[in-house]
Amino acid sequence: MISNFNSHKIFTLLKVQYANMLEYRVEIALWAISGIIPFFMLNIWTNNNLNESINISDVMLSRYFLCAFFVRQFSVVWVVFSFEEDSLMGKLSPYLIQPLNPFFRYFAQHVAEQITRLPFALIIAFFFFIFNPESIWIPNLGILFLSTISTFLSFLIQFLIQSIVACLCFWTEKASSIERLLFIPTLFLSGLLAPVASFPKYVKSWVYFTPFPYLIDFPANLLSGNATNVFVGIAIQILWIVFLFPVFRKIWSAGKKKYTAMGS
Amino acid sequence: MNPRKYFKVYIKFLHTSIASELEYKTNILIDLITSILSLIGSIFLLSIFFQNDGSIAGWKFEQALIIQGIYTILNGITNTWFNPNLTEIVKHIREGTLDFVLLKPIDSQFFISLKKINPSGFLEIMLGFLLLVYCIRINQVDLNLSFLILSLITISCSICILYSLWFFVSTTTIWFVKTWNATEVLRSFLYIGRFPLNSFSLYLRIFFSVFIPIAFITTIPSEVFLGLAQLWKILLEVIVAMVFLITSRKFWLFALKFYTSASS
Repeated sequence: MISNFNSHKIFTLLKVQYANMLEYRVEIALWAISGIIPFFMLNIWTNNNLNESINISDVMLSRYFLCAFFVRQFSVVWVVFSFEEDSLMGKLSPYLIQPLNPFFRYFAQHVAEQITRLPFALIIAFFFFIFNPESIWIPNLGILFLSTISTFLSFLIQFLIQSIVACLCFWTEKASSIERLLFIPTLFLSGLLAPVASFPKYVKSWVYFTPFPYLIDFPANLLSGNATNVFVGIAIQILWIVFLFPVFRKIWSAGKKKYTAMGS
Repeated sequence: MNPRKYFKVYIKFLHTSIASELEYKTNILIDLITSILSLIGSIFLLSIFFQNDGSIAGWKFEQALIIQGIYTILNGITNTWFNPNLTEIVKHIREGTLDFVLLKPIDSQFFISLKKINPSGFLEIMLGFLLLVYCIRINQVDLNLSFLILSLITISCSICILYSLWFFVSTTTIWFVKTWNATEVLRSFLYIGRFPLNSFSLYLRIFFSVFIPIAFITTIPSEVFLGLAQLWKILLEVIVAMVFLITSRKFWLFALKFYTSASS
Protein backbone atom coordinates (compact mmCIF):
# COMPACT_ATOMS: atom_id res chain seq x y z
CA MET A 1 0.00 0.00 0.00
CA ILE A 2 2.71 2.45 1.03
CA SER A 3 4.98 1.55 -1.86
CA ASN A 4 2.04 1.91 -4.22
CA PHE A 5 1.36 5.35 -2.82
CA ASN A 6 5.02 6.30 -3.17
CA SER A 7 5.29 5.16 -6.75
CA HIS A 8 2.18 7.19 -7.48
CA LYS A 9 3.85 10.24 -5.97
CA ILE A 10 7.01 9.72 -7.99
CA PHE A 11 5.04 9.19 -11.17
CA THR A 12 3.09 12.42 -10.65
CA LEU A 13 6.27 14.34 -9.89
CA LEU A 14 7.88 13.02 -13.06
CA LYS A 15 4.85 13.92 -15.16
CA VAL A 16 4.74 17.48 -13.81
CA GLN A 17 8.47 18.00 -14.26
CA TYR A 18 8.40 16.57 -17.78
CA ALA A 19 5.69 19.03 -18.77
CA ASN A 20 7.75 21.77 -17.14
CA MET A 21 10.91 20.75 -18.99
CA LEU A 22 9.16 20.63 -22.35
CA GLU A 23 8.58 24.37 -21.88
CA TYR A 24 12.34 24.83 -21.91
CA ARG A 25 13.07 22.83 -25.06
CA VAL A 26 15.31 25.49 -26.61
CA GLU A 27 17.37 25.79 -23.45
CA ILE A 28 17.83 22.05 -23.27
CA ALA A 29 18.81 21.89 -26.94
CA LEU A 30 21.43 24.57 -26.32
CA TRP A 31 22.63 22.68 -23.33
CA ALA A 32 22.99 19.55 -25.40
CA ILE A 33 25.07 21.50 -27.92
CA SER A 34 27.31 22.87 -25.18
CA GLY A 35 28.29 19.28 -24.41
CA ILE A 36 30.10 18.66 -27.67
CA ILE A 37 33.58 19.31 -26.27
CA PRO A 38 34.46 15.57 -26.49
CA PHE A 39 34.13 15.84 -30.28
CA PHE A 40 36.64 18.68 -30.42
CA MET A 41 38.99 16.57 -28.34
CA LEU A 42 38.47 13.64 -30.70
CA ASN A 43 39.42 15.94 -33.54
CA ILE A 44 42.75 16.75 -31.90
CA TRP A 45 43.44 13.06 -31.21
CA THR A 46 42.77 11.76 -34.68
CA ASN A 47 44.05 14.74 -36.62
CA ASN A 48 47.48 14.40 -35.03
CA ASN A 49 47.58 10.58 -34.89
CA LEU A 50 48.02 10.70 -31.15
CA ASN A 51 46.07 7.50 -30.63
CA GLU A 52 48.94 5.34 -31.89
CA SER A 53 50.72 5.71 -28.58
CA ILE A 54 47.79 4.35 -26.57
CA ASN A 55 46.88 1.46 -28.87
CA ILE A 56 43.32 2.49 -29.61
CA SER A 57 42.30 2.59 -33.26
CA ASP A 58 40.74 5.68 -34.83
CA VAL A 59 37.34 4.04 -35.03
CA MET A 60 37.35 2.83 -31.43
CA LEU A 61 38.48 6.24 -30.24
CA SER A 62 35.71 8.03 -32.10
CA ARG A 63 33.18 5.58 -30.67
CA TYR A 64 34.63 6.20 -27.24
CA PHE A 65 34.21 9.95 -27.50
CA LEU A 66 30.69 9.63 -28.88
CA CYS A 67 29.80 7.41 -25.92
CA ALA A 68 31.51 9.84 -23.54
CA PHE A 69 29.28 12.55 -25.00
CA PHE A 70 26.20 10.40 -24.41
CA VAL A 71 27.13 9.42 -20.88
CA ARG A 72 27.80 13.05 -20.04
CA GLN A 73 24.46 14.11 -21.53
CA PHE A 74 22.59 11.71 -19.28
CA SER A 75 24.56 12.25 -16.12
CA VAL A 76 24.64 16.05 -15.94
CA VAL A 77 23.64 17.23 -12.49
CA TRP A 78 22.88 20.79 -11.44
CA VAL A 79 21.00 20.23 -8.20
CA VAL A 80 23.35 22.46 -6.19
CA PHE A 81 22.46 25.52 -8.29
CA SER A 82 18.69 24.97 -7.96
CA PHE A 83 19.02 24.21 -4.29
CA GLU A 84 21.17 27.25 -3.60
CA GLU A 85 18.62 29.54 -5.22
CA ASP A 86 15.68 27.92 -3.45
CA SER A 87 17.45 28.05 -0.14
CA LEU A 88 18.61 31.67 -0.49
CA MET A 89 15.20 32.87 -1.66
CA GLY A 90 13.34 31.00 1.06
CA LYS A 91 11.49 28.89 -1.51
CA LEU A 92 12.60 25.84 0.40
CA SER A 93 10.20 26.53 3.27
CA PRO A 94 6.99 25.30 1.55
CA TYR A 95 8.86 22.22 0.27
CA LEU A 96 9.97 21.35 3.77
CA ILE A 97 6.40 21.30 5.04
CA GLN A 98 5.39 18.70 2.46
CA PRO A 99 5.69 15.05 3.49
CA LEU A 100 8.33 14.47 0.82
CA ASN A 101 12.07 15.07 0.87
CA PRO A 102 12.66 18.09 -1.43
CA PHE A 103 15.47 16.21 -3.12
CA PHE A 104 12.87 13.93 -4.71
CA ARG A 105 11.61 17.00 -6.50
CA TYR A 106 15.07 17.82 -7.84
CA PHE A 107 15.63 14.19 -8.72
CA ALA A 108 12.43 14.13 -10.78
CA GLN A 109 13.53 17.37 -12.43
CA HIS A 110 16.78 15.77 -13.56
CA VAL A 111 15.18 12.59 -14.85
CA ALA A 112 12.52 14.56 -16.74
CA GLU A 113 15.22 16.74 -18.23
CA GLN A 114 17.09 13.68 -19.46
CA ILE A 115 13.97 12.40 -21.21
CA THR A 116 13.53 15.80 -22.88
CA ARG A 117 17.18 15.81 -23.87
CA LEU A 118 17.16 12.39 -25.51
CA PRO A 119 15.96 13.50 -28.97
CA PHE A 120 18.53 16.32 -29.14
CA ALA A 121 21.33 13.96 -28.17
CA LEU A 122 20.20 11.54 -30.87
CA ILE A 123 20.19 14.31 -33.47
CA ILE A 124 23.74 15.28 -32.52
CA ALA A 125 24.79 11.61 -32.73
CA PHE A 126 23.17 11.43 -36.18
CA PHE A 127 25.28 14.35 -37.39
CA PHE A 128 28.34 12.76 -35.81
CA PHE A 129 27.77 9.63 -37.90
CA ILE A 130 27.33 11.69 -41.06
CA PHE A 131 30.80 13.15 -40.52
CA ASN A 132 32.31 9.85 -39.32
CA PRO A 133 30.48 7.15 -41.27
CA GLU A 134 33.19 4.55 -40.56
CA SER A 135 32.44 4.61 -36.84
CA ILE A 136 28.81 3.49 -37.13
CA TRP A 137 28.10 0.45 -34.99
CA ILE A 138 25.17 -1.08 -33.17
CA PRO A 139 25.90 -2.29 -29.65
CA ASN A 140 24.08 -5.49 -28.74
CA LEU A 141 21.11 -5.36 -26.40
CA GLY A 142 22.96 -6.75 -23.39
CA ILE A 143 25.69 -4.11 -23.65
CA LEU A 144 23.10 -1.39 -24.21
CA PHE A 145 21.22 -2.49 -21.11
CA LEU A 146 24.33 -2.72 -18.94
CA SER A 147 25.67 0.63 -20.08
CA THR A 148 22.31 2.31 -19.50
CA ILE A 149 22.45 0.99 -15.95
CA SER A 150 26.01 2.13 -15.42
CA THR A 151 25.20 5.57 -16.87
CA PHE A 152 22.31 5.81 -14.43
CA LEU A 153 24.60 4.75 -11.59
CA SER A 154 27.08 7.40 -12.67
CA PHE A 155 24.23 9.93 -12.58
CA LEU A 156 23.30 8.73 -9.08
CA ILE A 157 26.88 9.11 -7.82
CA GLN A 158 27.07 12.66 -9.16
CA PHE A 159 23.62 13.47 -7.84
CA LEU A 160 24.59 12.28 -4.35
CA ILE A 161 27.90 14.15 -4.36
CA GLN A 162 26.19 17.35 -5.48
CA SER A 163 23.37 16.92 -2.99
CA ILE A 164 25.95 16.65 -0.22
CA VAL A 165 27.58 19.84 -1.49
CA ALA A 166 24.15 21.46 -1.80
CA CYS A 167 23.45 20.73 1.86
CA LEU A 168 26.52 22.81 2.70
CA CYS A 169 24.31 25.77 1.66
CA PHE A 170 22.81 25.54 5.13
CA TRP A 171 26.18 26.61 6.52
CA THR A 172 27.93 28.68 3.84
CA GLU A 173 25.03 30.10 1.73
CA LYS A 174 27.10 29.92 -1.46
CA ALA A 175 27.84 26.26 -2.00
CA SER A 176 28.04 26.55 -5.78
CA SER A 177 31.66 27.66 -5.58
CA ILE A 178 32.51 24.36 -3.88
CA GLU A 179 30.72 22.61 -6.71
CA ARG A 180 32.79 24.53 -9.27
CA LEU A 181 35.88 23.36 -7.41
CA LEU A 182 34.76 19.73 -7.55
CA PHE A 183 33.91 20.09 -11.21
CA ILE A 184 37.58 20.56 -12.15
CA PRO A 185 38.73 17.02 -11.22
CA THR A 186 35.50 15.70 -12.70
CA LEU A 187 36.31 17.40 -15.98
CA PHE A 188 39.91 16.26 -16.26
CA LEU A 189 39.88 12.85 -14.56
CA SER A 190 36.53 11.43 -15.63
CA GLY A 191 37.61 10.66 -19.18
CA LEU A 192 35.49 13.33 -20.85
CA LEU A 193 38.47 15.05 -22.48
CA ALA A 194 40.86 12.10 -22.77
CA PRO A 195 40.26 8.40 -22.08
CA VAL A 196 41.72 7.29 -18.76
CA ALA A 197 43.69 4.65 -20.70
CA SER A 198 45.83 7.46 -22.13
CA PHE A 199 46.77 8.91 -18.73
CA PRO A 200 50.39 8.65 -17.65
CA LYS A 201 51.23 5.89 -15.17
CA TYR A 202 51.71 8.13 -12.17
CA VAL A 203 48.07 9.24 -12.47
CA LYS A 204 46.62 5.89 -13.46
CA SER A 205 48.00 4.34 -10.28
CA TRP A 206 45.68 6.30 -8.02
CA VAL A 207 42.86 7.58 -10.20
CA TYR A 208 40.86 4.35 -9.93
CA PHE A 209 40.58 4.87 -6.18
CA THR A 210 38.54 8.03 -6.82
CA PRO A 211 34.98 7.99 -8.16
CA PHE A 212 35.90 10.04 -11.25
CA PRO A 213 36.78 7.31 -13.82
CA TYR A 214 33.50 5.58 -13.02
CA LEU A 215 31.53 8.66 -13.99
CA ILE A 216 32.28 8.74 -17.71
CA ASP A 217 35.24 6.58 -18.66
CA PHE A 218 33.77 3.29 -17.46
CA PRO A 219 30.25 3.60 -18.94
CA ALA A 220 31.67 5.03 -22.18
CA ASN A 221 34.15 2.15 -22.55
CA LEU A 222 31.38 -0.30 -21.86
CA LEU A 223 29.02 1.19 -24.43
CA SER A 224 31.66 1.68 -27.12
CA GLY A 225 32.97 -1.88 -26.77
CA ASN A 226 36.44 -0.94 -25.55
CA ALA A 227 38.11 -3.26 -23.08
CA THR A 228 36.72 -2.93 -19.57
CA ASN A 229 35.67 -5.14 -16.70
CA VAL A 230 31.87 -4.85 -16.55
CA PHE A 231 31.08 -6.40 -13.21
CA VAL A 232 33.94 -4.91 -11.26
CA GLY A 233 33.05 -1.48 -12.65
CA ILE A 234 29.39 -1.70 -11.76
CA ALA A 235 30.23 -3.13 -8.33
CA ILE A 236 32.52 -0.18 -7.60
CA GLN A 237 29.85 2.26 -8.77
CA ILE A 238 27.37 0.64 -6.38
CA LEU A 239 29.96 0.75 -3.59
CA TRP A 240 30.34 4.50 -4.06
CA ILE A 241 26.57 4.95 -3.88
CA VAL A 242 26.36 2.80 -0.73
CA PHE A 243 29.09 4.93 0.78
CA LEU A 244 27.67 8.32 -0.25
CA PHE A 245 24.02 7.77 0.58
CA PRO A 246 24.40 7.65 4.41
CA VAL A 247 26.67 10.71 4.24
CA PHE A 248 23.92 12.56 2.44
CA ARG A 249 21.29 11.40 4.95
CA LYS A 250 23.42 12.61 7.83
CA ILE A 251 24.30 15.99 6.39
CA TRP A 252 20.70 16.59 5.32
CA SER A 253 19.26 15.90 8.76
CA ALA A 254 21.97 18.02 10.40
CA GLY A 255 21.51 20.83 7.86
CA LYS A 256 17.73 20.94 8.15
CA LYS A 257 18.09 22.05 11.73
CA LYS A 258 20.30 24.95 10.67
CA TYR A 259 17.81 26.21 8.08
CA THR A 260 16.53 29.71 8.62
CA ALA A 261 13.87 30.72 6.14
CA MET A 262 15.37 33.73 4.46
CA GLY A 263 13.39 36.13 2.32
CA SER A 264 9.99 34.91 3.37
CA MET B 1 30.10 61.57 -23.69
CA ASN B 2 32.05 62.93 -20.82
CA PRO B 3 34.97 60.63 -20.00
CA ARG B 4 35.47 62.09 -16.53
CA LYS B 5 31.90 61.42 -15.53
CA TYR B 6 32.15 57.83 -16.77
CA PHE B 7 35.40 57.36 -14.92
CA LYS B 8 33.84 58.58 -11.69
CA VAL B 9 30.84 56.33 -12.15
CA TYR B 10 33.12 53.39 -12.82
CA ILE B 11 35.01 53.97 -9.56
CA LYS B 12 31.66 53.84 -7.77
CA PHE B 13 30.79 50.57 -9.52
CA LEU B 14 34.10 49.09 -8.42
CA HIS B 15 33.56 50.19 -4.87
CA THR B 16 30.07 48.73 -4.50
CA SER B 17 30.71 45.44 -6.25
CA ILE B 18 33.98 44.70 -4.46
CA ALA B 19 32.33 45.51 -1.14
CA SER B 20 29.52 43.08 -1.86
CA GLU B 21 31.88 40.34 -3.07
CA LEU B 22 34.03 40.59 0.02
CA GLU B 23 30.98 39.48 1.99
CA TYR B 24 31.87 35.98 0.87
CA LYS B 25 35.54 35.75 1.78
CA THR B 26 35.81 31.97 1.87
CA ASN B 27 34.38 31.94 -1.63
CA ILE B 28 37.36 33.89 -2.89
CA LEU B 29 39.69 31.34 -1.34
CA ILE B 30 37.77 28.46 -2.92
CA ASP B 31 37.86 30.25 -6.27
CA LEU B 32 41.62 30.63 -5.96
CA ILE B 33 42.03 26.89 -5.43
CA THR B 34 39.64 26.27 -8.33
CA SER B 35 41.65 28.36 -10.75
CA ILE B 36 44.94 26.78 -9.70
CA LEU B 37 43.50 23.28 -10.11
CA SER B 38 41.98 24.23 -13.43
CA LEU B 39 45.36 25.40 -14.72
CA ILE B 40 47.04 22.21 -13.47
CA GLY B 41 44.30 20.18 -15.15
CA SER B 42 44.74 21.83 -18.52
CA ILE B 43 48.51 21.49 -18.41
CA PHE B 44 47.99 17.83 -17.51
CA LEU B 45 45.71 17.40 -20.51
CA LEU B 46 48.25 19.10 -22.74
CA SER B 47 50.99 16.80 -21.45
CA ILE B 48 48.88 13.77 -22.43
CA PHE B 49 48.75 15.08 -25.98
CA PHE B 50 52.50 15.56 -26.06
CA GLN B 51 53.53 12.36 -24.29
CA ASN B 52 54.66 10.36 -27.30
CA ASP B 53 56.30 12.79 -29.68
CA GLY B 54 57.58 16.24 -29.06
CA SER B 55 55.23 18.28 -31.23
CA ILE B 56 51.65 18.67 -32.40
CA ALA B 57 50.98 20.45 -35.66
CA GLY B 58 54.34 22.14 -35.41
CA TRP B 59 53.90 23.31 -31.82
CA LYS B 60 56.24 22.10 -29.11
CA PHE B 61 54.97 21.61 -25.57
CA GLU B 62 56.76 24.73 -24.31
CA GLN B 63 55.22 26.74 -27.14
CA ALA B 64 51.75 25.37 -26.51
CA LEU B 65 52.10 26.53 -22.91
CA ILE B 66 52.06 30.11 -24.19
CA ILE B 67 48.58 29.53 -25.59
CA GLN B 68 47.59 28.11 -22.24
CA GLY B 69 48.90 31.23 -20.49
CA ILE B 70 47.06 33.60 -22.79
CA TYR B 71 43.91 31.54 -22.47
CA THR B 72 44.17 31.69 -18.67
CA ILE B 73 44.51 35.47 -18.71
CA LEU B 74 41.54 35.85 -21.06
CA ASN B 75 39.49 33.40 -19.02
CA GLY B 76 40.31 35.42 -15.92
CA ILE B 77 39.12 38.58 -17.66
CA THR B 78 35.94 36.78 -18.69
CA ASN B 79 35.32 35.68 -15.11
CA THR B 80 36.09 39.10 -13.69
CA TRP B 81 34.06 41.29 -16.02
CA PHE B 82 32.12 39.59 -18.79
CA ASN B 83 30.54 36.68 -16.99
CA PRO B 84 29.08 38.48 -13.95
CA ASN B 85 27.78 41.40 -16.01
CA LEU B 86 26.55 39.82 -19.18
CA THR B 87 24.68 36.98 -17.50
CA GLU B 88 22.94 39.75 -15.60
CA ILE B 89 21.47 41.06 -18.89
CA VAL B 90 19.37 37.91 -19.07
CA LYS B 91 18.00 38.64 -15.62
CA HIS B 92 17.33 42.29 -16.46
CA ILE B 93 15.32 41.30 -19.49
CA ARG B 94 13.41 38.49 -17.81
CA GLU B 95 12.36 40.58 -14.87
CA GLY B 96 11.89 43.81 -16.77
CA THR B 97 14.48 45.66 -14.71
CA LEU B 98 16.22 46.79 -17.89
CA ASP B 99 13.73 49.68 -17.71
CA PHE B 100 15.66 51.17 -14.80
CA VAL B 101 18.93 50.87 -16.69
CA LEU B 102 17.54 52.56 -19.78
CA LEU B 103 16.12 55.41 -17.73
CA LYS B 104 19.47 56.34 -16.22
CA PRO B 105 21.31 59.31 -17.75
CA ILE B 106 24.21 57.10 -18.74
CA ASP B 107 25.02 54.85 -21.66
CA SER B 108 23.16 51.57 -21.24
CA GLN B 109 25.92 49.42 -22.72
CA PHE B 110 28.45 50.98 -20.37
CA PHE B 111 26.22 50.37 -17.38
CA ILE B 112 25.36 46.82 -18.32
CA SER B 113 28.89 45.76 -19.20
CA LEU B 114 30.80 47.19 -16.28
CA LYS B 115 28.41 47.30 -13.34
CA LYS B 116 29.76 44.27 -11.55
CA ILE B 117 33.18 42.84 -10.94
CA ASN B 118 34.22 39.50 -9.57
CA PRO B 119 37.57 39.93 -7.84
CA SER B 120 38.37 36.21 -7.76
CA GLY B 121 39.04 36.38 -11.50
CA PHE B 122 42.09 38.56 -10.76
CA LEU B 123 43.83 35.53 -9.35
CA GLU B 124 43.40 33.73 -12.62
CA ILE B 125 44.77 36.70 -14.55
CA MET B 126 47.80 36.69 -12.26
CA LEU B 127 48.30 32.94 -12.72
CA GLY B 128 48.17 33.45 -16.48
CA PHE B 129 50.80 36.18 -16.27
CA LEU B 130 53.08 34.00 -14.16
CA LEU B 131 52.77 31.21 -16.69
CA LEU B 132 53.55 33.64 -19.53
CA VAL B 133 56.64 34.94 -17.73
CA TYR B 134 57.78 31.35 -17.26
CA CYS B 135 57.12 30.67 -20.96
CA ILE B 136 59.12 33.74 -21.96
CA ARG B 137 62.05 32.29 -20.03
CA ILE B 138 61.91 28.74 -21.35
CA ASN B 139 61.25 29.80 -24.93
CA GLN B 140 63.92 32.49 -24.76
CA VAL B 141 61.63 35.13 -26.18
CA ASP B 142 63.63 38.25 -26.67
CA LEU B 143 61.97 41.18 -24.99
CA ASN B 144 62.30 44.13 -27.29
CA LEU B 145 60.01 47.08 -27.71
CA SER B 146 58.27 45.90 -30.88
CA PHE B 147 57.45 42.55 -29.25
CA LEU B 148 55.93 44.29 -26.25
CA ILE B 149 53.86 46.64 -28.39
CA LEU B 150 52.68 43.90 -30.73
CA SER B 151 51.74 41.53 -27.93
CA LEU B 152 49.89 44.32 -26.15
CA ILE B 153 47.98 45.17 -29.33
CA THR B 154 47.05 41.58 -30.14
CA ILE B 155 45.99 40.74 -26.60
CA SER B 156 43.83 43.86 -26.34
CA CYS B 157 42.26 42.94 -29.67
CA SER B 158 41.56 39.47 -28.28
CA ILE B 159 39.85 41.02 -25.29
CA CYS B 160 37.71 43.17 -27.60
CA ILE B 161 36.69 40.17 -29.71
CA LEU B 162 35.90 38.12 -26.63
CA TYR B 163 33.84 40.92 -25.13
CA SER B 164 31.91 41.41 -28.37
CA LEU B 165 31.14 37.69 -28.60
CA TRP B 166 29.79 37.62 -25.07
CA PHE B 167 27.86 40.83 -25.53
CA PHE B 168 26.44 39.63 -28.83
CA VAL B 169 25.14 36.39 -27.35
CA SER B 170 23.68 38.14 -24.33
CA THR B 171 21.94 40.71 -26.50
CA THR B 172 19.96 38.01 -28.28
CA THR B 173 18.03 37.52 -25.02
CA ILE B 174 15.97 40.55 -25.98
CA TRP B 175 14.21 38.30 -28.49
CA PHE B 176 14.50 34.86 -26.96
CA VAL B 177 14.25 35.81 -23.25
CA LYS B 178 15.37 32.44 -21.93
CA THR B 179 18.86 31.96 -23.27
CA TRP B 180 20.82 31.28 -20.12
CA ASN B 181 22.39 28.39 -21.91
CA ALA B 182 23.48 30.29 -24.99
CA THR B 183 26.36 31.66 -22.94
CA GLU B 184 27.13 28.07 -21.92
CA VAL B 185 27.45 27.12 -25.62
CA LEU B 186 29.80 30.04 -26.20
CA ARG B 187 31.83 29.02 -23.15
CA SER B 188 32.25 25.47 -24.38
CA PHE B 189 33.32 26.66 -27.84
CA LEU B 190 35.82 29.05 -26.30
CA TYR B 191 37.36 26.02 -24.65
CA ILE B 192 38.97 25.33 -28.00
CA GLY B 193 41.11 28.42 -27.48
CA ARG B 194 43.34 26.34 -25.21
CA PHE B 195 44.84 24.51 -28.15
CA PRO B 196 46.75 25.66 -31.22
CA LEU B 197 44.37 26.18 -34.09
CA ASN B 198 46.25 24.04 -36.58
CA SER B 199 45.89 20.95 -34.43
CA PHE B 200 42.29 20.74 -35.66
CA SER B 201 41.03 19.44 -38.96
CA LEU B 202 40.52 21.84 -41.82
CA TYR B 203 36.74 22.20 -41.42
CA LEU B 204 36.95 23.05 -37.77
CA ARG B 205 39.78 25.45 -38.49
CA ILE B 206 37.62 27.31 -40.98
CA PHE B 207 34.68 27.30 -38.59
CA PHE B 208 36.80 28.66 -35.76
CA SER B 209 38.30 31.42 -37.84
CA VAL B 210 35.21 32.63 -39.64
CA PHE B 211 32.15 32.13 -37.44
CA ILE B 212 33.63 32.20 -33.98
CA PRO B 213 37.07 33.75 -34.39
CA ILE B 214 38.74 31.78 -31.62
CA ALA B 215 41.75 31.52 -33.89
CA PHE B 216 42.34 35.22 -33.48
CA ILE B 217 41.81 35.19 -29.76
CA THR B 218 44.66 32.98 -28.60
CA THR B 219 46.66 31.67 -31.54
CA ILE B 220 47.79 34.97 -33.06
CA PRO B 221 48.98 36.51 -29.76
CA SER B 222 50.94 33.31 -29.10
CA GLU B 223 52.52 33.52 -32.51
CA VAL B 224 53.60 37.04 -31.66
CA PHE B 225 55.33 35.63 -28.59
CA LEU B 226 57.19 33.16 -30.75
CA GLY B 227 58.01 35.75 -33.36
CA LEU B 228 56.12 33.76 -35.99
CA ALA B 229 53.20 36.09 -36.67
CA GLN B 230 53.16 37.80 -40.02
CA LEU B 231 52.17 41.42 -40.14
CA TRP B 232 49.05 40.76 -42.20
CA LYS B 233 47.71 38.44 -39.51
CA ILE B 234 48.12 41.10 -36.85
CA LEU B 235 46.47 43.69 -39.06
CA LEU B 236 43.66 41.27 -39.76
CA GLU B 237 43.14 40.75 -36.06
CA VAL B 238 42.93 44.49 -35.47
CA ILE B 239 40.36 44.81 -38.25
CA VAL B 240 38.33 41.85 -36.95
CA ALA B 241 38.35 43.33 -33.45
CA MET B 242 37.12 46.70 -34.76
CA VAL B 243 34.39 45.09 -36.82
CA PHE B 244 33.25 43.00 -33.85
CA LEU B 245 33.18 45.96 -31.47
CA ILE B 246 31.26 48.20 -33.85
CA THR B 247 28.83 45.45 -34.85
CA SER B 248 28.09 44.48 -31.28
CA ARG B 249 27.39 48.13 -30.43
CA LYS B 250 25.09 48.51 -33.45
CA PHE B 251 23.40 45.23 -32.64
CA TRP B 252 22.68 46.35 -29.08
CA LEU B 253 21.11 49.62 -30.24
CA PHE B 254 19.11 47.70 -32.84
CA ALA B 255 17.95 45.11 -30.31
CA LEU B 256 16.80 47.79 -27.87
CA LYS B 257 14.16 48.82 -30.39
CA PHE B 258 12.54 45.44 -29.85
CA TYR B 259 12.65 45.59 -26.08
CA THR B 260 9.19 45.34 -24.61
CA SER B 261 9.39 45.51 -20.87
CA ALA B 262 8.21 42.61 -18.73
CA SER B 263 5.94 42.42 -15.73
CA SER B 264 5.64 46.14 -15.15
